[in-house]
Amino acid sequence: MPEPDPASHIEARGLGVRFPGGVQALSGLDLVVRRGELLVVIGPSGCGKSTFLRVAAGLAPASEGTLTVAGEAPERVRARRAVAFVFQDPTLLPWRSLHANVRLPLELARVPSAEQNLAADAALALVGLSEFAAAGPAALSGGMKMRASLARALVTRPELLLLDEPFGALDELTRERLNDELLRLWERDRFTAVAVTHSVAEAVLLGDRVVVLSARPGRIVADIPVPLPRPRRAALVGAPEFAAVAAEVRARLRAAAPPDPSDLSVRT
Amino acid sequence: MSLASAARAAFPPLLVFLAFLGLWQLACVALALPAYLVPAPAEVAREAAAHADALAEAALLTAVGALGGLGASLVVGGLVAVLFSQSQTAARSLYPYAIFLQTVPIVAVAPLIVVWFGTGLQSVVLTAAILSVFPIITNGTTGLVRVDPQLLELFAMSDASRLQLLLKLRLPGSLPYFVAGAKISAGLAVIGAIVGEFFAGFGADDLGLGALILQTSGRLQTAYLFAAIFSATLLGLVLFGAVALLGELALRRWRGRELAVH
Repeated sequence: MPEPDPASHIEARGLGVRFPGGVQALSGLDLVVRRGELLVVIGPSGCGKSTFLRVAAGLAPASEGTLTVAGEAPERVRARRAVAFVFQDPTLLPWRSLHANVRLPLELARVPSAEQNLAADAALALVGLSEFAAAGPAALSGGMKMRASLARALVTRPELLLLDEPFGALDELTRERLNDELLRLWERDRFTAVAVTHSVAEAVLLGDRVVVLSARPGRIVADIPVPLPRPRRAALVGAPEFAAVAAEVRARLRAAAPPDPSDLSVRT
Repeated sequence: MSLASAARAAFPPLLVFLAFLGLWQLACVALALPAYLVPAPAEVAREAAAHADALAEAALLTAVGALGGLGASLVVGGLVAVLFSQSQTAARSLYPYAIFLQTVPIVAVAPLIVVWFGTGLQSVVLTAAILSVFPIITNGTTGLVRVDPQLLELFAMSDASRLQLLLKLRLPGSLPYFVAGAKISAGLAVIGAIVGEFFAGFGADDLGLGALILQTSGRLQTAYLFAAIFSATLLGLVLFGAVALLGELALRRWRGRELAVH
């Protein structure tokens, strides 16, 4: 095995994933995510973009090819708590307070409880939820729950954060706020982040690069750098240079999507 | 639910009950039905008042048997549910016998229980437990097994052990299912205790409601029998209500904390 490039964090080589039922979710994927990069993966639904995250987290095995994180198998990276996952839903446990929810990963890792509490306090403060530490998830709005979910992911101070359409279920305004929040957190700690989304605007706003996947089985059809300056905020969405990048991503995405049978216009 | 809305909800069924009592009284008088066959409600009420002490004592005894059976069901059913959730093999090989508990006619098994364990409280409790354990097992197993796949992945991200999954995810997550099971089992436990008493009794001096029902029917004290039947129904309702209330309080804590802000 060649010496891993220290600048690359995730390396996928000829990665293919076939589900037990025989469905080919990903095929021949070559992708390098650099350390400290915020990469966004976008593609039509069912293209395997979530599957890519699951393989990177060690939650799903690769059927073909390899994927390494920092030169190691994803399971080993997970075992040393260097990777965290933010799910589509907040996935907070209703019977636990926010504080107890946020410290869960440390509790499961049997970290001393004093350390758990300090880390959970800090993570809650980071997302502005300190005063709700004792409240349960039922007391919170959708956006607050998602922020708590972010805090839980960051409580182990991971080097790699994987986000699976994390704000997809939120309303537009809350989504904008959370994107700002994520950008702020990433600018502060510069962990490596891979976010999956189906929103073009979100992809361009967040990403250093936007990788466009084709319909199933997912292959990379475009790898588009986003040359917009940082720090970025949601207000950037209205700018002309933003629109230019977004138009390119949209065009590539449209080409990658399967034809819509309800679309009666003649394609040329 | 506020007190006023509770009263509003209780009003229509109460009206039906009063109308039913009125019709019953009227039918008894108009048709001149013999009291040993169909006693009038006023007669039943008179008998109930006359034997209030005996009825209360009997209800208490039966309640002890039913509560014992329900408690045993919760413990044993909970343990079986945990076993079923942890081992596919155990679930597959033992589940048919759990169904057997549900389908075996309890009146057919009760005499056998008396042969094995004699008369008295232990046999009454056992009969109540056999009749009431199945809903705990099925509901509990369902609750322990049915977990949001995203939550399983969340725990997998922390390489949680089987025991951690059970204690920190599956068991707390299954509380609503156990509460639902316990509510069904509460009524069944009372039926089980009464059937148990038919065969096992508490002895000649200590009459539970089941034994009282047997005795009064044997002596054609029909009005007293009616009073005993009503007491048994009331006991079932009270036990169900108590379990439902406790369950609701536990669930409120479980999903609640709405009020814990600040």
